[in-house]
Amino acid sequence: MQFMCLIYSAEGAGPQPDTPEWGPFMQGYVDFGKTVQDAGKFVAGDALQPVATATTVSVRDGKTETIDGPFAETKEVLGGYYLLDCTDLDEALKYAAMIPTAKHGRIEVRPVVVWDN
Amino acid sequence: MSPPSATQRVIEQTVRAAWGRILASLVKTLGDFQLAEDCLQDALVSALHHWQRNGLPRAPDAWLITTARRKAIDRIRRSAVHKSHEAELSHLADLANEPIEDQVIPDKRLEMIFTCCHPAIEGQTRVALTLRTLGGLTTDEIAHAFLVKPETMAQRLVRAKRKIALAGIPYSVPDADVLPQRLSAVLQVIYLIFNEGYSASSGDDLTRPNLSDEAIRLARTVADLMPSEPEVTGLLALMLLHDSRRAARAARDGALVPLDQQDRTLWDAGKIADGTRILRKSLASQRVGPYQLQAAISAAHANATSWGVTDWQDISGLYGLLFKLQPTPVVQINHAIAVSYAQTPEAGLAMLKSANDGSLDRYQPYHAALADLSARAGHLAIARQSYETAISLTENRQEQVFLAQKAAMLATRLS
Repeated sequence: MQFMCLIYSAEGAGPQPDTPEWGPFMQGYVDFGKTVQDAGKFVAGDALQPVATATTVSVRDGKTETIDGPFAETKEVLGGYYLLDCTDLDEALKYAAMIPTAKHGRIEVRPVVVWDN
Repeated sequence: MSPPSATQRVIEQTVRAAWGRILASLVKTLGDFQLAEDCLQDALVSALHHWQRNGLPRAPDAWLITTARRKAIDRIRRSAVHKSHEAELSHLADLANEPIEDQVIPDKRLEMIFTCCHPAIEGQTRVALTLRTLGGLTTDEIAHAFLVKPETMAQRLVRAKRKIALAGIPYSVPDADVLPQRLSAVLQVIYLIFNEGYSASSGDDLTRPNLSDEAIRLARTVADLMPSEPEVTGLLALMLLHDSRRAARAARDGALVPLDQQDRTLWDAGKIADGTRILRKSLASQRVGPYQLQAAISAAHANATSWGVTDWQDISGLYGLLFKLQPTPVVQINHAIAVSYAQTPEAGLAMLKSANDGSLDRYQPYHAALADLSARAGHLAIARQSYETAISLTENRQEQVFLAQKAAMLATRLS
């Protein structure tokens, strides 16, 4: 099964660039990436630019509306994701708990739909 | 509807006893909770029909699981997606074609209870799901026990079964690194079921015995399957010891009778002996935990022939140990009460007050304890005020009556 691990945290929470905590924090991500790749669990993963760069688009009655900002204003925002291939939820949760941001943010874990055809 | 016949009752009992094991095995084979339950339900309908006519078969469990497997084949064939299930179908057909007498039902109940008590499932739903799947209670019975509409409970169970399937919640006993945490979630569910039966949180019934019995039955099952986990047997001992006082803790009019006024001849000596024996065996493993400590406290009460000879030194020491493992207000309140008997009411009061940092201001047991200890220490005005607060904080009628009586007794001392 593939599980999407969505990484949420409040902007400004956790280690910030140009602080002594930043280096070890980023190293944590490097280590995590290696762990899931070596275990054969890694499918994809990326970090996102800050929420200030978000643009939301919708189409109503054939008209495209483009709005500056995220879909919903929330304190904790999506900052990145990993797509992992795991045997079950327990394994996915085990890896999700190793994502460095889990220490100050939250990881939402959701299975990817498999279309039955 | 006519009253159930003797055969029907035997069938119901047989089914109840076998339900969890058969369902667990079907879920393992079919990989789907809802399908397994539907097929077992189909098999039950057939069983009622055949058994009432021909009598109970020699191996009713095997008969049920074979029939359920055949029903599963029918259901999968009828479904639109059966082409992707050819492998399962042929495996099922092999199983269903074995002679009924040769059927061995593999025991997958442990896998099932860990799935039902998975932290990815909402707390109350874990309780309902465990009662439905492992306990074999009907949706209506569970709805009645938790005072919700049957349709509400049915929806909750369907949603939970869907989540198990879609979220990839495994059907397995957890790995050693997460086992302690996950086992404690299982035990919490069982203890919740027991407590729901032992003291109904609202309404007139002081006890709903069926849920207490059900929790004990579940704990026995888990204890049989995990014999080397002392907290499992510790919980079983705790519930047996608590439950030994069932007949003594409610008066004929339903009012709550406190421990010091209970008629100890009404205590169930069999349950006390059973609980004490199981507790001793658990403690011998030297891996003490909160359930074993609570059972030891309950055993100290259960084995005291009268309130006057209660070993409060022992009980107070046990609460001290329990507080180290479980630093909760409930434990500290009970520790303070034990200290009030082991030492003096004033010593107990000092401990009780130090437990409240403001967070217990709306907590009924705190005010009930404060009232009792204040009364015994001679602070009657504080006691009266605390009883009033305690009464205002409970919705259980029996508890209100009990607290009001204590307050009235105090009034006679005040005047």
